[in-house]
Amino acid sequence: MAVYNLYVFDKYGVMLFYNEWNRLKKSGMTQEEEAKLMYGMLYSIKSFVGKMSPIDLRDGFLYYKTNKYALHYLETPSGLKFVISTDTASINVKELLQQFYAKVWVEFVVRDPLWVPGTPVTSDLCKQKIDEFIKQSPIYGIKNI
Amino acid sequence: MSRQTTRFDAKKVNSELLTLTYGSFVTQMLRDYENVDDVNKQLERIGYNMGMRLIEDFLARTSATRCLEMRETADKIQNAFRMYLNVQPTIANWSAAGDEFSLIFDNNPLTDFVELPQDLTNLRYSAILCGCIRGALEMVQLEVQCWFVQDQLKGDNNTEIRVKFIRRLEDAIPAGED
Repeated sequence: MAVYNLYVFDKYGVMLFYNEWNRLKKSGMTQEEEAKLMYGMLYSIKSFVGKMSPIDLRDGFLYYKTNKYALHYLETPSGLKFVISTDTASINVKELLQQFYAKVWVEFVVRDPLWVPGTPVTSDLCKQKIDEFIKQSPIYGIKNI
Repeated sequence: MSRQTTRFDAKKVNSELLTLTYGSFVTQMLRDYENVDDVNKQLERIGYNMGMRLIEDFLARTSATRCLEMRETADKIQNAFRMYLNVQPTIANWSAAGDEFSLIFDNNPLTDFVELPQDLTNLRYSAILCGCIRGALEMVQLEVQCWFVQDQLKGDNNTEIRVKFIRRLEDAIPAGED
């Protein structure tokens, strides 16, 4: 199984959504601490990449990869941050995140009148749609050796 | 449930339906508040809240990037009006510093079939549009001021919204350990 977990942060670093699929190794922290650490790391990478870049950036930080997994990052101009961990064989994850934003996030979170901006997502319909979207995505089933 | 069957492509709505819905909404507010200034304030606030959400829809559809210049911003606002209200405002009257411009509308779909009664000349009927622009731009780190200069409802030739750049907001830094 190839999609491990998904985080969504807003521009203030509040974790709006988290879910995991087939995550084998736990970090040993509470989810809250983990989210803080994750956001801090992303923030640092973003500013690091911005400062170290020898030419002007357009998209900035895109993803990083270890020998076991890859972490893909998409930031919208409104500051929403979508972070997904997959195996290293997955391709086109950026497009997937873009679609996730357009088809799931805007449709079921932003348009949900009961969702207060800047708070975690609690709607069951939305959670179910996110789960469906990830499970139907082409990279969900990839087995990596 | 209708929500579940919503498809991604934009649904077309008859603009008259929107016009009349908005009209009854403003009427109800006037009845509730009995004070025109309060209604103006509320319309602006509601617009702001709409803009904050609408920007996400706009960004997802157009995959626009952050604006580096006000001229780019003006183009995108113009584009957004075409997408959401099917009107194309003209961009004009740039200030010398390039931080202020006007959106000029030949017709405003919100005000079809609308006449302002004599005692409501202070009402900014379409104030929701100003709020919307302000809310949407604030989400992409641009603080602007937005107001009506001319309004066809008040006998002017065109409807003109003025947008003035105030400052660029800073990206938030993560909360420190406490």
